[in-house]
Amino acid sequence: MAGWDRNQMAARAALELQDGWYVNLGIGIPTLVANYIPEGIEVTLQSENGMLGMGPFPFEGEEDADLINAGKQTITELPQTAFFDSATSFAMIRGGKIAMAILGAMEVDENGDLANWMIPGKLVKGMGGAMDLVAGVGRVVVVMDHTNKAGESKVLKACTLPLTGKAVVDRIISNLGVLDVVPGGLRIVETAPGISEADLRAATEATIVA
Amino acid sequence: MGKKIHATAAEALDGHLKDGMLIAAGGFGLCGIPELLIAAIRDAGTKNLTVASNNAGVDGFGLGQLLETRQVKKMISSYVGENAEFMRQYLSGELELEFNPQGTLAERMRAGGAGIPGFYTKTGVGTVIADGKEHHDFDGQTYILERGIVADLAIVKAWKADPSGNLVFRKTARNFNVPAATCGKICIAEVEEIVPLGALDPDAIHLPGIYVTKIVQGQHEKRIEQRTVRKREAV
Repeated sequence: MAGWDRNQMAARAALELQDGWYVNLGIGIPTLVANYIPEGIEVTLQSENGMLGMGPFPFEGEEDADLINAGKQTITELPQTAFFDSATSFAMIRGGKIAMAILGAMEVDENGDLANWMIPGKLVKGMGGAMDLVAGVGRVVVVMDHTNKAGESKVLKACTLPLTGKAVVDRIISNLGVLDVVPGGLRIVETAPGISEADLRAATEATIVA
Repeated sequence: MGKKIHATAAEALDGHLKDGMLIAAGGFGLCGIPELLIAAIRDAGTKNLTVASNNAGVDGFGLGQLLETRQVKKMISSYVGENAEFMRQYLSGELELEFNPQGTLAERMRAGGAGIPGFYTKTGVGTVIADGKEHHDFDGQTYILERGIVADLAIVKAWKADPSGNLVFRKTARNFNVPAATCGKICIAEVEEIVPLGALDPDAIHLPGIYVTKIVQGQHEKRIEQRTVRKREAV
């Protein structure tokens, strides 16, 4: 099946950004979204370890141990950068000041429930800031593969894994297309190139409403 | 002024360590961790510690040092993925772990330090984090009650201090150091530099000295966890 690869998913997710927004990007594919911010759109990236205005990776030799992102990667600052402590960082997250978070997902369901932090019986690393983000930001977009390696849908009627948040997801961007969480289930917004609506429905366990 | 300044981390900690105590530690990953104080606590051999810290260090560095020596009974953290010894002890049941969402942990420290014993938050509603916690509706939304943390000892790392204990942090190394410092009954800060009184701009103090009991200056390794770089484009 065709569809979007990781970078194409990130590029599609970047179209969600609006001028002037403060945005938090999760680890993995969401981090790539920063590479595709459309021309003319100014967004300020928040890193929940205490920074607004996150710049790109440093040039070799210019890494600074005191300047990292939430994935613990070395980064750089921008002219508009502001630093603050963790309590202040999550005050702005919980307080609804961050317009949107783009996050990864293990499972998502038709109620907008999100599971992305724990697989029982497997190594549990922790939720980090994900629970705070989904509870607090204005809009939650998840970027994910539509199915697992066995071909089973990860877009479900009800999540089976422990939740990160209940009824928190607004939009799903997968390798197969874009779906919105609406009353009664999910609504197809668009399909990826080479993917038919029938393909998308077949790969989705969740209820799709017209 | 200057009575807060101590020559070594061990000297600063003297009289403040007790088996079974609760320690709040600053830092995010390995960024801004109180590495000298952690090493001194390892050397002191204090046991059965509960440590509230966003992360648990890595094998052999940061809080990983206290895990190696089995000095930690319980961690209160949001993310612990970078430490194999931690996982081994946790999976074998030797180490207790209380996961807190990162913002909830930061706010628990902030609240504890601000005299607020509990607060309501939306974070974790409908998840395992909410199990057993008081739920309360405000304006049609459900929140859970989380408790403030008051630690027996806070250990933090700052960039600069003046002799009165006013602290300035550098870039993202501020992170949990501020809320952790405020929630300690005692707070010991290790710094890269102690500057003379008056050398810090009073308008630019990140943490006023009232929160800081003792200061120690030392050399920091400041290890980088994920060195990521970009290529210079050819001119």
